[in-house]
Amino acid sequence: MNAVDVLVLSLLGGVLGLDTVSFPQAMLSRPIVGATLAGAVVGDAWSGLLVGAALELFAVETLPFGASRYPEWGSAAVVGGALFTKAAYGFDAGRLTTSVLIALLMAWIGGWSMVQVRKLNAMWARNRHEAVARGTRGTVIGLQIAGLAADLVRGIVLTAIGLVVFVPLQTVTLQTWGSSAPLSRAVVVGAAAAVALGAAYKLFHAVPGFAWQFAVGLAAGLAGVALL
Amino acid sequence: MSTPPTGPQPTLPLMTRVAIFFRLLAVQGAWNYETLVGNGIGFCVEPALRRLPGGPDGDAYHAALARESQYFNAHPYLTSVAVGALARAELDGEAPERIERFRTALCGPLGALGDRLVWATFLPLCSFTALVVFGLGASPLVTVATFLGLYNAGHLGLRIWGLQAGWRRGLAVAQSLGHPLLQRSAPQLGKVAAVLAGMALPLAVQRVIGPGHVLLGGTLAAVAAGAILLVSLHGRAEGWKISIGILTAFVLYSVVR
Repeated sequence: MNAVDVLVLSLLGGVLGLDTVSFPQAMLSRPIVGATLAGAVVGDAWSGLLVGAALELFAVETLPFGASRYPEWGSAAVVGGALFTKAAYGFDAGRLTTSVLIALLMAWIGGWSMVQVRKLNAMWARNRHEAVARGTRGTVIGLQIAGLAADLVRGIVLTAIGLVVFVPLQTVTLQTWGSSAPLSRAVVVGAAAAVALGAAYKLFHAVPGFAWQFAVGLAAGLAGVALL
Repeated sequence: MSTPPTGPQPTLPLMTRVAIFFRLLAVQGAWNYETLVGNGIGFCVEPALRRLPGGPDGDAYHAALARESQYFNAHPYLTSVAVGALARAELDGEAPERIERFRTALCGPLGALGDRLVWATFLPLCSFTALVVFGLGASPLVTVATFLGLYNAGHLGLRIWGLQAGWRRGLAVAQSLGHPLLQRSAPQLGKVAAVLAGMALPLAVQRVIGPGHVLLGGTLAAVAAGAILLVSLHGRAEGWKISIGILTAFVLYSVVR
């Protein structure tokens, strides 16, 4: 991965990180979108989509409720999608496992970094409280723009650090990988789907007829698997 | 209960509405743990406040902007309802105390409705839809376009409706929140999401694992066991964090074996 790739991906990570909460919250930051875009940037949207789908299964569990702390998937998906797409061919066995694990770690760190930006916003708001209480237009607008800028910079820096740190780490790991590709993929997607299934139950079990509706869907899904 | 404003409706030019709408997309830009989305509300309603007597240099403008920039909490998409209603109330010349009481009363309903309808129902529904499309073998473009198109039809539609409803009804906007479409949507969408979740899991698992069904049966059995374990934890631990531990252990095993 060259410097231009890192630069472009970092900008993408910044934009998608911004989307998570600040602007425009259009779910561009969801893994199935972010990882696919990252894959497309580095040359293979199909690879990005594969890792994005695995991450999306995890993301179903983490919904951005109000002031709760939740993972930041935008920059994480960019790092995960790019790592999976650009990992050296010939090391296919562990590509998905390591890329997803790194993306999950990045999402966790990203969630922490959002909290820090929120604290920074609070400090700026506190320092300008009197101007806001006077209804000063420049202050109200300035606080908003400063918060947006801080969040954008957070995403860019986080993505850049993630790529610089984890690309060499992943390469070293893949060189000594000993598990088969099918098993490696099954472990990742098994964990992801278990999380998604648990989340679906928690979200919808109170819906009347949930078990039947889920069973109908499952039967259709299994039929689809048999036919495809 | 407040009644809709009966006096002559103040005008809000199209460009002002457009400006408010685009600002609404950034309503959480200065979100913080003290005033939450309060500054964002002031930021969004500000273009309308310029139409107060005296314009942006007048006392009414400054008093209203200060009032609207205080603490506020709501689901981000439904802040459009609040912004429309507050803009209307300010331009109608409602008493400041009444506006402040209204702001306080609006927080709970807008938060609860949005969380239930959008975060807990519509977003997962869109995710499972995208995973079904992915599992059926769709291209990256089709998968991403399906997700973004479906989600943002609801997202942007809700914001536009909220702004219009708030502006039209002013302090009586609570009546709009009781609309059957809003109140009954979540359970109906939940049923659809449950079907889609059932479809998505085997299809997505199969596509990620790749050709051949050798591991599929075992993986799906492990998925069911893992999900039962996660549900039995009753929220004491999050699955994605547990998965970090599991995947780390598997990576270490794969490296040292």
